[in-house]
Amino acid sequence: MSLFGEVPQATPVAVFKLSNDFKDDPNPMKVNLGVGAYRTDEGQPWVLPVVKKVEKLIVADNRLNHEYLPILGLPEFRSSASKIALGEDSPAIQENRVGAVQCLGGTGALKMGAEFLRRWYNGNDNMKTPVYVSAPTWENHNSVFANAGFKDVRPYKYWDAEKRGLDLAGFLGDLETAPKHSIFVLHACAHNPTGTDPTHVEWMQVAEVMERRKLFVFFDSAYQGFASGCLDKDAWAVRYFVTQGFEMFCAQSFSKNFGLYNERVGNLTIVARDADNVRRVLSQMEKIVRVTWSNPPSQGARLVAITLNTAELFAEWKDNVKTMADRVLLMRASLQAKLQALGTPGTWDHITQQIGMFSFTGLNPKQVEYMIKERSIYLMASGRINMCGLTTKNIDYVAKSIHETVVNVQ
Amino acid sequence: MRQTCNSDGGVGSTENVQARGITLLSIFVDTPTAEPNPETKLLADFKTDTHLRKVYLAGREYLNKEGQTSVSPLIGKIMQQICTDPTLCPEYPSSFGLPEFTRRATELVLGRDCHAIVENRVLGVQTVGCTGAVRLGAELLKHWYNVSGVWCGPVYLSSPCDDSLAGIFEAAGIQDVRRYRYWDTEQRGVGVQKMMEDLEMAPEQSVIVLSASAHCPTGSDLSQKHWRLLTQLMVRCRFFPFFLLPAQGLCHGDFQQDAWPVRLCASLGMELLCAQSFSHSFGLYGERVGHLLCVLKQSSTLLAVQSQAEKQVRALWSRPSVRGARVVATVLSNPAHHVEWQEGVKSMVERGILVRERLREKLRLLGCPGSWDHLIQQGGLYCCTGLNVQQVEFLEKRRHIYLHPNGCLNPQFCLAAPPGSLQRRHTPKLAVWLCLSTHRIIRVSCLRSPLPSL
Repeated sequence: MSLFGEVPQATPVAVFKLSNDFKDDPNPMKVNLGVGAYRTDEGQPWVLPVVKKVEKLIVADNRLNHEYLPILGLPEFRSSASKIALGEDSPAIQENRVGAVQCLGGTGALKMGAEFLRRWYNGNDNMKTPVYVSAPTWENHNSVFANAGFKDVRPYKYWDAEKRGLDLAGFLGDLETAPKHSIFVLHACAHNPTGTDPTHVEWMQVAEVMERRKLFVFFDSAYQGFASGCLDKDAWAVRYFVTQGFEMFCAQSFSKNFGLYNERVGNLTIVARDADNVRRVLSQMEKIVRVTWSNPPSQGARLVAITLNTAELFAEWKDNVKTMADRVLLMRASLQAKLQALGTPGTWDHITQQIGMFSFTGLNPKQVEYMIKERSIYLMASGRINMCGLTTKNIDYVAKSIHETVVNVQ
Repeated sequence: MRQTCNSDGGVGSTENVQARGITLLSIFVDTPTAEPNPETKLLADFKTDTHLRKVYLAGREYLNKEGQTSVSPLIGKIMQQICTDPTLCPEYPSSFGLPEFTRRATELVLGRDCHAIVENRVLGVQTVGCTGAVRLGAELLKHWYNVSGVWCGPVYLSSPCDDSLAGIFEAAGIQDVRRYRYWDTEQRGVGVQKMMEDLEMAPEQSVIVLSASAHCPTGSDLSQKHWRLLTQLMVRCRFFPFFLLPAQGLCHGDFQQDAWPVRLCASLGMELLCAQSFSHSFGLYGERVGHLLCVLKQSSTLLAVQSQAEKQVRALWSRPSVRGARVVATVLSNPAHHVEWQEGVKSMVERGILVRERLREKLRLLGCPGSWDHLIQQGGLYCCTGLNVQQVEFLEKRRHIYLHPNGCLNPQFCLAAPPGSLQRRHTPKLAVWLCLSTHRIIRVSCLRSPLPSL
């Protein structure tokens, strides 16, 4: 008798299932708008030119060895990655109260942060601290915090489906009523899946409540540079919170903005009151890393560190990032224009108002099903599309399909 | 409208924070400094030691003739190829990792014609090193082992074992972690009888963590005869074996022999987990190439277990990093590369044996009391000298020679290194120093306590 005999089948991860269904679809017109990765106008993944360059440098460098990285990761990666998020002239960096842990992508950074908070935040081993994630959010947020031991992972109001925008009143309301010291997972920019970010003024209101109610700030920053094309602009919220004196965690991913999806490059930036607190936190992070993956992988971190720390390469990278962001902006503008030209019922301004890789189209589940089954256009049941799946070649087909769907399916 | 930050004590600075009445007490104020893990502490002590002839013997890596970690020319060449391969694209890999890698890693342990593989009841998941494999295995056990019985341990670890193991199971939520006696100081080898005694007392459905070969940190393994006895016991008591195989090929120079205990259990139809690492055998430490193998009793459970494993991976690291696994898969799937790599591994083993023999010989020549045969009977990366805590401390404090507190060391770190190399300023005299020190301490300790029996 197998002792795994009663293991139930897990519900498949929605986005993986979507990709598999897409792969199996024989329709030559099929379009994948579900994937969470950048694609060129030819529908191909893109190795950033600067990445190709730096990879060659690494392979050619005889001084580099393949030894274990330190447990907390490559030092020059950690410091330069934190600088990207907080800014070169961040007061927190200058006051030496920033620490960092190199992690396995954004997921790894969230995981380390969650594991630390469960052990040491709001009392020791307190699993009852509520963790708030936006409604909707990247679905893995729930799993990461739940698996770290938190028993109470709840949604905070975020997306207003009717007005197709931010539900600010709901958001602020949930902040006001959250138990003190609750943890809030905030999307630094290019909210996944809605593409809707608070404005600066709205962020200020959020910060005011969070400060008053002593809520913990945990930023998830997976799209810095990708949203507006400008690194500093995309980091505005994170930096604002630092100027307001918050201590915080910021989980950074370099998967999208470096195209390093398969090298798992992430960083958990820690901002604390002073260097001693940082030191103690990092000592506990080391223990947590040691029993999860022991040492992080070297390749991706080395690549990012060399790029960020070499002036010409840094400039070239920023340029590559802008290329990707610009293509997304172009597709947004094109889609919106085409839908307007077709006279598709409803308003479509949200497509250009939203930011980053994703757009919440507002299509309902029935309409989504129609798109998939009748038009072989694959998108998430939530109506989320990845703008990178659009190309100059397929955008007409997609626009017409959306039009047809909205007209025929309610 | 609040100001944005500026660099000279602006809005976000400590002074301003205070001025706005925000408490200066950190939310991390109650976070204590963690005890450094023993290995980190040992290395830190070594680094701050100013003695000119200090020597560190507790390293975790295999070293080449020059006393450095390195990759073979074959691996270097493959890395170059991968770097310039235009067909490779930067996609997210699956949570299970590269299929070609998991397939080859599975075959390497079980053998291609293993029944379990043919009957489709084997799951392979690429992980972040051996630690990642153990952690994933622990999470799987915690969540899904004997669901209806609500299993929560115990897990048995050898005494001694790698010092991070207990913490990994605890982090996965399994608090009931116990030890079985393994290293016998008197015999300077595995105390099989005591081990069996301890395991006989274990409750049914206990998970037993076993080193398939090249036990860390003692280097001492069970004989095939003893493996057979142990597996009989495990079947009888319904134990679940969780194998550690961090250095397949590097113990005996023979991949089959090093995986023999795993193959034995699989051939008996047992369910098992096996955590593998390719760090040592490929020299790819930094790339974190690990693999978790799961052999199930029935193929009908495979899909369900696979789906749950995917969920666990998603919440740990989402997907593994690809580069190292790609190198390993490339080597293992190409017959010519495979042979070349195996030859390389064999010569590493031969070098390791040579160092052990030299050490034993020098000790013999110096007339060191006790028997030192165990040094060459052990295999793999580590060897357990049998020195006690006081003797190890003497070596560290008085002779600036750093061993694991349990008396284990990595004999490769005794190799000669070119002058000026960092931290590994070994000279051929090191072995002599070590012998003299060992000789002296044993003499010293003899005055205080009886000689260890031969």
